[in-house]
Amino acid sequence: MRPPALSRWPALAFFAAMAAAGPLMDSFWQSLLTLVFFYAYMGLSWNLMMSAGLLSLGHALFLGVGAYATAVLIAAAGLDPWLSLAAGAFLAAMVGSALTWLGARFSVRGVHFALLTIAFAELFRVLFDNWELVGGTGGFFLKAINPETNRPLATLRGGTLFFYLAFLSATAGAYFIIGRLMASRWGYRWRGLHADEDAARALGVPALQSKVLVVAISAGLAGVGGGLFGLMQGSLFPDSVMGVRVSIDILIAPIIGGLGSLFGPIIGAFFVVPLMEFSNVLAQRIGFFGLNTLINGMLILAVITFLPDGLWPRLIALARFRSSARCSK
Amino acid sequence: MTSLYHNVISGGILIGVIYALIALGLTIIFGVMRLVNFAHGEMVVIGMYAGYALWSATGLPPWTLAPVAALLLFAMGYLLQKAIINAFIDRPQHAQFILFIALALIITGLHLLFFGPDPRPIQIAESMQSYAIGSIRLDVVRTQAALMAIGLIGLLMLFLKYSTLGASIRAAADNLIGAQVIGIRVRRVYAVTAGIGMACAGAAGALIAPLFDAQPFLATDFTLIAFIIVIVGGLGSLMGALVGGVMIGVAEALAALTVSPALKTVFSYALLVLVLLLRPNGIFGEPERS
Amino acid sequence: MTQRKPITRRRVLAAGAGALTATLLPGIGRAQGAPAKIGVILYLTGIQSFMGQQTRKGNEFGAKIVKEAGGPPLEFLYGDAESKPENGRVVAERLIRDGCTLLIGTNDSGSTISVAQAAEASKIPFLINIASAPQITEQGFTQIFRNFPPGTALVANAVARIKELGATTGVQPKTAVILHVNDTFGQGIIKGVDVLWERLQVPIKILDRISYDVRARDLSVEVAKAKASGADLLMPITRVSDAILMIREMVKQNWSPMGIISPGSPGPYEKAFTDALGKYADGYMSCVPWYNPTKKRSREIADRFEYETGDRFDLNAAFAFEAVEIAADAIKRANSAQPAAIHAALKATDISDHIIYGGPIRFDEKGQNPNIGGVMLQNQNGKPVVVGPQDAAEAKAVFPLVPFDKR
Repeated sequence: MRPPALSRWPALAFFAAMAAAGPLMDSFWQSLLTLVFFYAYMGLSWNLMMSAGLLSLGHALFLGVGAYATAVLIAAAGLDPWLSLAAGAFLAAMVGSALTWLGARFSVRGVHFALLTIAFAELFRVLFDNWELVGGTGGFFLKAINPETNRPLATLRGGTLFFYLAFLSATAGAYFIIGRLMASRWGYRWRGLHADEDAARALGVPALQSKVLVVAISAGLAGVGGGLFGLMQGSLFPDSVMGVRVSIDILIAPIIGGLGSLFGPIIGAFFVVPLMEFSNVLAQRIGFFGLNTLINGMLILAVITFLPDGLWPRLIALARFRSSARCSK
Repeated sequence: MTSLYHNVISGGILIGVIYALIALGLTIIFGVMRLVNFAHGEMVVIGMYAGYALWSATGLPPWTLAPVAALLLFAMGYLLQKAIINAFIDRPQHAQFILFIALALIITGLHLLFFGPDPRPIQIAESMQSYAIGSIRLDVVRTQAALMAIGLIGLLMLFLKYSTLGASIRAAADNLIGAQVIGIRVRRVYAVTAGIGMACAGAAGALIAPLFDAQPFLATDFTLIAFIIVIVGGLGSLMGALVGGVMIGVAEALAALTVSPALKTVFSYALLVLVLLLRPNGIFGEPERS
Repeated sequence: MTQRKPITRRRVLAAGAGALTATLLPGIGRAQGAPAKIGVILYLTGIQSFMGQQTRKGNEFGAKIVKEAGGPPLEFLYGDAESKPENGRVVAERLIRDGCTLLIGTNDSGSTISVAQAAEASKIPFLINIASAPQITEQGFTQIFRNFPPGTALVANAVARIKELGATTGVQPKTAVILHVNDTFGQGIIKGVDVLWERLQVPIKILDRISYDVRARDLSVEVAKAKASGADLLMPITRVSDAILMIREMVKQNWSPMGIISPGSPGPYEKAFTDALGKYADGYMSCVPWYNPTKKRSREIADRFEYETGDRFDLNAAFAFEAVEIAADAIKRANSAQPAAIHAALKATDISDHIIYGGPIRFDEKGQNPNIGGVMLQNQNGKPVVVGPQDAAEAKAVFPLVPFDKR
């Protein structure tokens, strides 16, 4: 099983172009694309777990842990923002590892594992709802920053351009890191477990270790995304960062873009997020609530029915078909 | 103090019976088709809106409208299965999950479109009444709903046990290949099963409508409760759904009373985690063979 | 040959962005002298939509009255936060992009803080019409102006009114149980209770505090617990839907405490509440700020509102109305629609003739108006009336509560 193609130079060019375009864009586009890269990044993290056959329906748990840990450490403990972000990622990775270890230890597979992820996510959400330290359902709020004296790289908070570049860099970083991982022996092990766990084990793949590792990395990445997300929002509520809705939103982009491919989640996000935003605005302007939810659902249904591998592989196939047709033989 | 516990427990039992009806629908679908219906809560909400709409139009008490809602959703389930879901029976599990998530989003979107996001309350005279039995006060609406739910569950059990179609369904659940060998038309059994599963959800929804105001976003809660009950009771086990339903209803009520109302769901989720880890086939399922 | 600028991806992107921006955001680039654009962020849909819709009506009514009085031209853009606190920021940002130079909102503490963050980042002044969480003025926001009492002030008013109630009716409650929603607002009030109960040596013992989720569908256990405490007084801190659920449960469980007195929360005075519960809504008391019924202008405004809209001129409508009057006053004095000018004018606000019961409207250095008074309302015959303090009262309080099963 070959690892997903990591097209190094085209990808680098893409990210560089997006970075250069950043300062030229109007703040509306910066905000929109920030959201695109947020979902692309979270999609990459989710996709990583999926590559080992671990369907995560509670991914928002890692996002939430990262978000709250980062925010609370910065606001309540006065810790340096970069350290807090790292701590958030670490905590998220720990939660993911614990979850997976328990699951693997008790041979929880397939359906049951997916349900386990939901159960953990909801458990944590309700606990956070009632935890005074993080404000419970009343929310946790970061203090206002002074736009004049704030240095974004120090406080990790800034305007729209700052967060645009932050999430863009995170996405680029995740793309390359995951690309390397997938081409390494761990990548082969994960894909082996996904294809047929029993066969893989028979061949000597250390199932428990592999699973815990992939989830730890996936959760850690999600934790970083969560931390940045929390800093961007400025206010955190358990339902808005850890709720089931969020978990579902996270997996829409990678599914539509293409499971098992590296660029899939990114393409998926570019397709899904602007559509969601525009249909949302449209729905509010003309008073048709639910239009965006309906469109999301139909989109996913269409893709899963007709394009089970997602948009990206189909786009690549089209491109290849065109180019091979041009080569005269 | 004991009358407080009696009241709370009896309230829990009543709501638990309705939860059991919801869980029955989910477990039947899984038992026969091995499909995990993540849109089950949305189907309950369809039932709620159906109940609300029928009540607004006719003024009849909601518990009488449950059979109508059941029929409506049976038809819906049958058609949905034939049109879309059948194609996914042999697809990988994550594809099936995603299918149901897509359906859930579509259903919620349609609800928002047709009914709007504001809650739709059903206000009837019985909403303020309760039966007094000794020191216990039973909510009138809850009691009527629970009795109707018991009736419907009983009907379903009789159907499965004594009718030919019911036998086919049980056969397919038990041994799919064997059932096909003896000539059971499996696709048709699937469609009927999906219909029954959704009918249970819809009927329960119509019964719940006067208790909780109908709104699109209740769906996730119902899906999760249904899953907790079904896992704890055992995926595919009818008895498990019944006992599990009442158990969860009572457990949540007691947890709310003894610990804190805001934390009552923690108990259910913790129970779910424990069951998933230690006895994934549930209380009434076969013990785990590793 | 002249050097033509190459068509780079950047230029195409920028051009495309510009074109799309122009079509999607028609507010940018208007000429000076146009009406000031005011963005209003409310919960217009979802579980708290009733209060949001009422607030909007008050807003629109205020706009009409201001126009009649010859105020500056104002244009209102409404944004719906869908009863989700985190949406406040997103909606505010959208309104700011659409050209709003002043924001008003939001009826809910959680979303208010969210909006405040957006206002702070864009340096747009934000006039808070209703939000009581104390931390709103403690976060270091420089752009906010709150014309609503913080939780501590609400509770202080409640304590004073309860003492007065005991004195005038001769019935003294000894114990209380608190049933409260646990969102930002509910937590703010509870903190106020904790602090003030001790500081003011209130002679009523709080037996239990029972919290519930704002989205709770069923309050049977919560009410059962409260009933089991045996307290004289029930002090609920609710929103509208949950208040209705609560009273229904109390009727079903046959619990009629000595009194139901809310220390400063919505619910009982809302039309949705009295419509839903009919005779069971009577007797419920609430200690909130309100329009001054003894003042001629307030009465006229309230009556005219009720006549023209068919709705009740409640707290939501009254504070929305007053926010518009404050905004118009500031914009008039600023003589400009620019955010900085409006901000400076708001800081200098000093209005004595206003409809809400209390002293002149001024904003301190944190943006708080310290002069808002509080009254005690009671539902009598399906309508909320002011029963205290004496200089604002329209009727006498009925205390203790008439038991539910005797109605």
